[in-house]
Amino acid sequence: MRISEGDVEHIARLARLELDPEERRRYTEQLSDILNYIDELNELDTSSVEPTSHVIPIKNVMRDDLPQPSLPLDEALGNAPQRKGNFYRVPRIID
Amino acid sequence: MPGGSSGGSAAAVASDQCLGAIGSDTGGSIRQPAAFCGVVGLKPTYGRVSRYGLVAFASSLDQIGPITKTVEDAALLLNIIGGHDPLDSTSADIDLPDFTASLSEGIGEIRIGVPDEYFIEGLDPEVESAVRTAIKLLEKEGASVKPISLPHTGYAVSTYYILATSEASSNLARYDGVKYGFRAEAGDLMEMYLRTRAQGFGPEVKRRIMLGTYALSAGYYDAYYKKAQQVRTLIKQDFEDAFSEVDVIVTPTTPTPAFRVGEKISDPLQMYLNDIFTISANLAGTCAISIPCGFSSSGLPIGFQIIGRPFDEETVLRLAGTYERETDWHMRRPEL
Amino acid sequence: MMKMLSDAGLEAVIGLEIHAQMLTETKIFCGCSTAFGAEPNTQTCPVCIGMPGVLPVLNRRVVEFAVKTGLAMNCRITPYSRFARKNYFYPDLPKGYQISQYELPICEKGHLDIHINGESRRIGITRIHMEEDAGKNIHQKDGSYVDLNRTGVPLLEIVTEPDIRTPQEAALFMKKLRAILRYLGVCDGNMEQGSLRCDANVSLRPAGSTGLGTKTEIKNINSFRFVEKALEYEIKRQVKVLRDGGDIIQETRLWDSETGTTNSMRSKEEAHDYRYFPEPDLVPLQIEEDWIKQIRETLPELPDQKMKRYQEEFGLPEYDCEILTEERPVAEWFERAVKAGGSPKAVSNWMMTDILRLMNETGTEITELRITPEMLASLIGLIEKGTISGKIAKMVFNDMYTTGKDPETIVQEKGLVQISDAGELEGTIQEILDAHPDEVGRLKAGDKKLIGFFVGQVMKATKGKANPKMVNEIIRKKIS
Repeated sequence: MRISEGDVEHIARLARLELDPEERRRYTEQLSDILNYIDELNELDTSSVEPTSHVIPIKNVMRDDLPQPSLPLDEALGNAPQRKGNFYRVPRIID
Repeated sequence: MPGGSSGGSAAAVASDQCLGAIGSDTGGSIRQPAAFCGVVGLKPTYGRVSRYGLVAFASSLDQIGPITKTVEDAALLLNIIGGHDPLDSTSADIDLPDFTASLSEGIGEIRIGVPDEYFIEGLDPEVESAVRTAIKLLEKEGASVKPISLPHTGYAVSTYYILATSEASSNLARYDGVKYGFRAEAGDLMEMYLRTRAQGFGPEVKRRIMLGTYALSAGYYDAYYKKAQQVRTLIKQDFEDAFSEVDVIVTPTTPTPAFRVGEKISDPLQMYLNDIFTISANLAGTCAISIPCGFSSSGLPIGFQIIGRPFDEETVLRLAGTYERETDWHMRRPEL
Repeated sequence: MMKMLSDAGLEAVIGLEIHAQMLTETKIFCGCSTAFGAEPNTQTCPVCIGMPGVLPVLNRRVVEFAVKTGLAMNCRITPYSRFARKNYFYPDLPKGYQISQYELPICEKGHLDIHINGESRRIGITRIHMEEDAGKNIHQKDGSYVDLNRTGVPLLEIVTEPDIRTPQEAALFMKKLRAILRYLGVCDGNMEQGSLRCDANVSLRPAGSTGLGTKTEIKNINSFRFVEKALEYEIKRQVKVLRDGGDIIQETRLWDSETGTTNSMRSKEEAHDYRYFPEPDLVPLQIEEDWIKQIRETLPELPDQKMKRYQEEFGLPEYDCEILTEERPVAEWFERAVKAGGSPKAVSNWMMTDILRLMNETGTEITELRITPEMLASLIGLIEKGTISGKIAKMVFNDMYTTGKDPETIVQEKGLVQISDAGELEGTIQEILDAHPDEVGRLKAGDKKLIGFFVGQVMKATKGKANPKMVNEIIRKKIS
């Protein structure tokens, strides 16, 4: 296997995805296949190639420091799965 | 099966449920379903259409585009959706031409490039035949055709799947159940995150998030993400080199006609490989259209792709329009 | 603590990581207000909430402030810089990533000089970059409550080289930095309110060596005093650990001002893996030379430059200069008063005592005072010309404050002109001498203290307007 179930568990944790053992096993297999395929990129010598992070040559896009109206409180919190007063409420943080 | 991910739009257009539709194309998700449904699908140049309002998947690859019955409709829609948007920093601040204006002009002495790397083993013979026939028709209309090479084509799928999933893994982090959307029951915050996202996302999305997270993670960034960005440069360079010899590039849109309902592909890797012909245009950031060019012997639509220079949608549309005028594929509907 | 270090043959190596909230009208990537103290969640929009489909657009003034700060700290403005995503999950981080700068910050390789024990020490600035602030979490027993007003407020992150050697230097550096940021109008430097935040990295090594020991990061420092105290405590703690044969664990420790200690943050289940990558929704910055030049021209004279100038041009002592240059509006007020003709030392004295006292007592900013620099200059002029005495001047000063009238008017209206005409004084003095024959006798016999008594009497009789020097002279003449 290209990656282990332990690796997959670690990645899932980083991405905040809970996996059951069956999923963990299945994803490990699938991700391994994909990573095996992706290894083909190592056939290419890219030591003197600049990475592309932006595909169009645009630079320096900025806006003026002018205030725009904010959302009214009820609209901002309108979609909150849990709201208490003026706040979003989330379960307590352990640690 | 209509293909994805704008399959709904494509099917709706094909079945006359609407005049035209909008889809988003990150790796072919406008052009592929268009090909499968026998309609027109256009991926504009990156930056031609604002991404503000589009649920982001892969920010450096996403583009919004029209799915329509005819090329003229696609041009009309592009007139409407295109243009600079101050809310999108990556939207190009350039003039928006009237894309319908030059549609009926002739194609002059347009030079068409046909890349060797797209006509390979694995390409369905009926698809190949339909596409080559289309190329011959264009030749008859006055285009000159020459073989070209896009040498890094074979690496496009890997490159795409690293970059797209990496960006997606980050773009989808906001779906955490805190501010909006679905939230799972949980006793503490960590549990809330883990369950909300496990229950809220489907398996394919989860797979992509994990692949992307892995590619960006400590120790792997150089080997995967950075490497993919470098290969992206090579792929973009392939197109720039090609466009110094030709004006457009013509290829099949997909390696096979549509899948039948029930003919589900359970192997994700196999699924990804179906994007092989459309992905490069997203990586290079340039524009590409898929238009119908025939049917398979089992009655499934086949589409071919015209790829143009960045921001040269006019030429692409003009060539597509010329082809459309000489054929009647766009009048026929697949059996529903 | 210094003795502990030197006894152990060690020296401390300190680096600071500072976050400064920028004084722009709007947030870094959207048009929401940055004003402090609003009702929770009333300064947010789809962009800073991180709703689906939104995109960031960079605030030009943020870049301007970053360049301005970099120039003031002798940094190189990088010709090509871009943004990056720092990915992690926390409720006050709505997008699940913070847009920051990673590999290509906007400024690098600068320095700031601090003055300590009569010497100048140069502290290197590794980098300065722009990023967005996160929101606020309020933890309660039944859950956490999230306020996203602060998400997207622009921050400047300033990282120093590990050039600082003592807690005192660290506090001085922070004071210096704060003064510069306030001079530039980039940040209001309020550590208690959180608009200026400081984390410190500290490690120990054998005195005189060049390697780096294991460092700990100290967080939760919210005043200059605590910068010093926290570092003092941590250095002592590390010395003790090493002395007892232990190893320093690389960790983050929180300063607890109540107990005066640093404490290890409970260990996380996994170390953060931020998975930095270039921000695809923002395009790169290539700051044009012209723009840098324009910004450089807007740089005000900075505290160090003013201090040097006041000492050289005006001959003011360092002590005075430090107080006068601490805040830009005060320095500029001083300069205006000198320009209006006030002699620098006199202006400085009046400012350090009465003006600053007034400001503190009434809670007024110097720019809001009824007394203008020109008025003070006039007042000083009146004293120097001998028109009024120093004591009367204090009275006039208070009137200036309450009425806003200029000193000449007040002196005229109240008839406070000092009596320096010998002829005028002679009469009054003679009267007083005549009225106190016993005292005159004792004075003639040698009791010099009584001169003060007589001067006092004359001042009383003339309602303080007599020129005391002259009165003194005339009395002596009459006695002898």
